[in-house]
Amino acid sequence: MSTFERVVKILAEYDVETDALTPETTFESIGLDSLAIVEILMNCEDEFGVEIELEENPKTIGEFVALLDSIVD
Amino acid sequence: MERRVVITGLGAVSPVGNTVQESWDSLKTGRSGIGMLTKFDATDFKVSVAAEVKGLDLSLYLEKPEIRKNDLYTQYAIVAAIQAVADSGIEGRIDPERFGVYVGSGIGGISTTIENEHKLLEGGPRKVSPFMVPMMISNMAAGVVSIKCNARGPVLPVVTACATSTTAIGEAYRAIRHGYADGIIAGGSEAATMPLAVAGFSSCMALSKNPDPVTACRPFDQNRDGFVIGEGGVVLIVEELEHAKARGAHIYCELKGYGNTSDAYHITAPDPEAGGISRAIRMAMEQAGALPEEGLYINAHGTSTHLNDKTESIAFKMALGEAAYRCPISSTKSMTGHMLGAAGAMEALVCAKALEDGIIPPTIGYSEPDPDCDLDYVPNQARIFDGKWALSTSLGFGGHNGALVFRKYEEA
Repeated sequence: MSTFERVVKILAEYDVETDALTPETTFESIGLDSLAIVEILMNCEDEFGVEIELEENPKTIGEFVALLDSIVD
Repeated sequence: MERRVVITGLGAVSPVGNTVQESWDSLKTGRSGIGMLTKFDATDFKVSVAAEVKGLDLSLYLEKPEIRKNDLYTQYAIVAAIQAVADSGIEGRIDPERFGVYVGSGIGGISTTIENEHKLLEGGPRKVSPFMVPMMISNMAAGVVSIKCNARGPVLPVVTACATSTTAIGEAYRAIRHGYADGIIAGGSEAATMPLAVAGFSSCMALSKNPDPVTACRPFDQNRDGFVIGEGGVVLIVEELEHAKARGAHIYCELKGYGNTSDAYHITAPDPEAGGISRAIRMAMEQAGALPEEGLYINAHGTSTHLNDKTESIAFKMALGEAAYRCPISSTKSMTGHMLGAAGAMEALVCAKALEDGIIPPTIGYSEPDPDCDLDYVPNQARIFDGKWALSTSLGFGGHNGALVFRKYEEA
């Protein structure tokens, strides 16, 4: 499963309609604020087995995925 | 110029019902919301009963993300506010900048605090939720209600323990009376039926150890031994009279007096001489110009603790003199349990409905008179009431006292 697909799976737990999500989708457009992004990153720590320091401020799912990939690699 | 203030909307989620109608039907028929404590395993506790909110369908009021991101105490406040705003028809009929929120909580999001304490201990600081602080702080119910109802005027989340929502409604009354707002969503909410809070109240000897849900809370009875913990959210729409009339609002009653005093005596015990609460009653009665001879119903704080009920009985006699003996007094906590920060608003709601419907709900579970409590407590049976006035009293840990006086609404 790609990082994008794994993130979409986590987003599904946030009552987000996942069918139409693309890397360009902004968090704002799916009703997730900066606090929710922090919480989702925390859940990704468990999913990906890494520790993430949130200094970035990803606006889109694509940016979020890129951030994760840079840490996992 | 001092303006007149009326109640134009009611909302309630309580141990006796998840709407105003259901709650009022329970209270006037003497139906209790007290049962065995089910929210957690209380095996090791001295306390085994509680007045829990039952069968509330939050999805009728809130989207799933709102449920996830708000502590239960805030959820109760939102539900009550949505009901009250709908009942009043005020939405879109008030300038948002003249629309306020005075919704308080005695304790705030204590379950959220504890859940995150567990996360901290188990997983370290990075596991603590970014929503922990906004969910836990005790002003957030007012904050979220203001967002939900687009109320951009004064917001004041009161914290005066068990007097919280009486103080909130009283301060809303003053703000409207003196022109700072035209309408205020006022009340309180509480969701502390959880192990730490119950253990804490139990340790400070406030809770009944009686395992029988029928007699555990028996205010003013000789054998009372403490209060029963309750929960819920109750909100009133407090509105300026001319504003309400101009939009053709239904007026439940007029709010005419408020008293707010401190015992300056002890952190949990009321002053046995009842100086603080009797002054609050006198202030509210005088401001209202209330005459007990015109018929005065008193909804007492009546927690069913030994000290409260005795002190309050003294206070009624100090403040009202001989007239206290002729006033019907009931404690609806005998059915709702002690809703803590929501209690005062629940009891203000009862006063509004009693004046409107002409019915006084009883003090249930009452069987053996206490010589220290020698007034008319409307035992066990509701009573017809054709008086013009209602008084609600509240006493909170910290020595906070509040009194509200309502009058049956008449044009002149």
